[in-house]
Amino acid sequence: MFTNVLDYLDMSVDGYAEKTALSDSKNQVTYTQLGEMSDSIGTAVAEKCKSKNAPVVVFIDRNIESVISFMGIVKSGNFYVPVDRQLPVKRVELIVKTLNPVAAVIWERDNKILDEIGFSGERIVYNEAVEYTADKEKLALIREKAIDTDPLYAIFTSGSTGVPKGVLVCHRSVIDLIENFKVAFDFDDTRVFGNQAPFDFDVSVKDIYSCIRNGATMHVIPKLFFSFPAKLIACINERKINTVIWATSALRIIENLNAFEKTLPETLRTVMFSGEVMPNKVLNYWRNKLPDVNYVNLYGPTEITCNCLYYKVDKPFNDEDALPIGVPFKNTDILLLDGDTLVTEPGVKGEICVRGTSLAHGYYNNPEKTAEAFCQNPLNKVYPELIYRTGDLAKYGEDGLIYFVSRKDYQIKHMGHRIELSEVEIAVNSLPYIEAGCCIYDKNNEQIVLFYQSEKECEREIMLDGCKLLPKYMMPNRMIHFTSLPMTKNAKIDRVKLKGEYLGDD
Amino acid sequence: MKEKLLTILRELRADVDFENETALVTDGILDSFDIVSLVAELNAEFDITIGVDDLEPENFDTVDAMAQLIEELAD
Repeated sequence: MFTNVLDYLDMSVDGYAEKTALSDSKNQVTYTQLGEMSDSIGTAVAEKCKSKNAPVVVFIDRNIESVISFMGIVKSGNFYVPVDRQLPVKRVELIVKTLNPVAAVIWERDNKILDEIGFSGERIVYNEAVEYTADKEKLALIREKAIDTDPLYAIFTSGSTGVPKGVLVCHRSVIDLIENFKVAFDFDDTRVFGNQAPFDFDVSVKDIYSCIRNGATMHVIPKLFFSFPAKLIACINERKINTVIWATSALRIIENLNAFEKTLPETLRTVMFSGEVMPNKVLNYWRNKLPDVNYVNLYGPTEITCNCLYYKVDKPFNDEDALPIGVPFKNTDILLLDGDTLVTEPGVKGEICVRGTSLAHGYYNNPEKTAEAFCQNPLNKVYPELIYRTGDLAKYGEDGLIYFVSRKDYQIKHMGHRIELSEVEIAVNSLPYIEAGCCIYDKNNEQIVLFYQSEKECEREIMLDGCKLLPKYMMPNRMIHFTSLPMTKNAKIDRVKLKGEYLGDD
Repeated sequence: MKEKLLTILRELRADVDFENETALVTDGILDSFDIVSLVAELNAEFDITIGVDDLEPENFDTVDAMAQLIEELAD
């Protein structure tokens, strides 16, 4: 039985000593090296901090050192908090203020940022820590005292209010996820994961731990390659990457750039995606170009440890169809709740609520926000049991699969009609000349506002073609053209920004 | 043509000093979303087709490199 992600690491150090565990464009480490380097960092952190279950910040980059640091911090008996050094200093300051970290694992150059925010914790420079003499006895003692509900990491998500929230996740939740992934997707030591997601984005948790669990290899793909697909494809082929767990937007870029026009990735077996609704137009591009690959749609917020629902794409879809989010992972229960009432019949909408080991502990140092989202299961009156309310609406299809409908706050009442804005979005996004689009309801003016990205302004075309897909009352009343929609750090369309800039905050 | 290009770039990213940057993509100033929209815009504006082979960092690191690429493709 696994009770600590370090059990995964130990197992692979034993079983796959000389195999490459992690690589990036500059460096690579074997499992033996990963074990030794994280021992050194773990010892350095433990000696300097003497803390247990305390936050340690890591200034991350697109490199393997970030992951080696994570493992070291776990060995020290603390939990890691990945922070992107390119974040605005003000935001780093907000995060640090919420956390009050005991230490930060940094590179020399990061001292500047820490000085600026008046960082009071220990500063552990990676290059020095990795040379530290490991104290195996000390690390063994720390390990002995660890339990599986101890925190593993905190990942900050942008709160809709503007104050970042640190989602705190424990070992047991990650182990639950990774064991389920292994079984559901046949992950084993033949896998080579091509990591796209930044390490402060929880999509990367699946890469890191699926790799270490299975004695597989993870290659960190440089961000730059996602702008220059020839390099990306060459990288996949050279590194023999066969499994990618990417953000939906990364797959969309490939389609937008017609990246598979000339050369194809040759080694891909499994392509998984999450983070945003996957338009079938984009997926069909991939499926046409790479018909032998297994595609998996994943759904879930950070608060339930990456994903709680999955759908193995097993039949053709038209561009305008909605893709199911499928069925819950084993050991996860999904409740669709309409208020406090359970929804079971097909076609009826309910909020996706999650029950199970996968639930995060909550938001670090933020009991109010935690209590709002992690609350008592209304169907259980007899003992304490938490569910996580996602704020996402879904419904069962006639096929028994779950379909994402919209964010809870996307459902609008417009001209007497009940409209799901995502339905409008799906229609608009299926139009061949639309690269991306999203709808926001302008309550003050009672208008559906479409923000769309396309080569050139095409309001007339959208009206003409849209009316073929949607009832007139669902058509956007106002359209704003972008050559480039603003994106959030997690590569989603920045709705908060659009709303603020174009509709005024309400 | 360079002026037209600069106008497009400034509309895309008002925050960037395009004339003086020499590593627009290598330094990560322009990300993949910028490149996607830039390519679409250049294709439309200059009536060219920037293909996968043209999508190389060298062609997008400076304004001059982009101008040269556009000229080559327009021929």
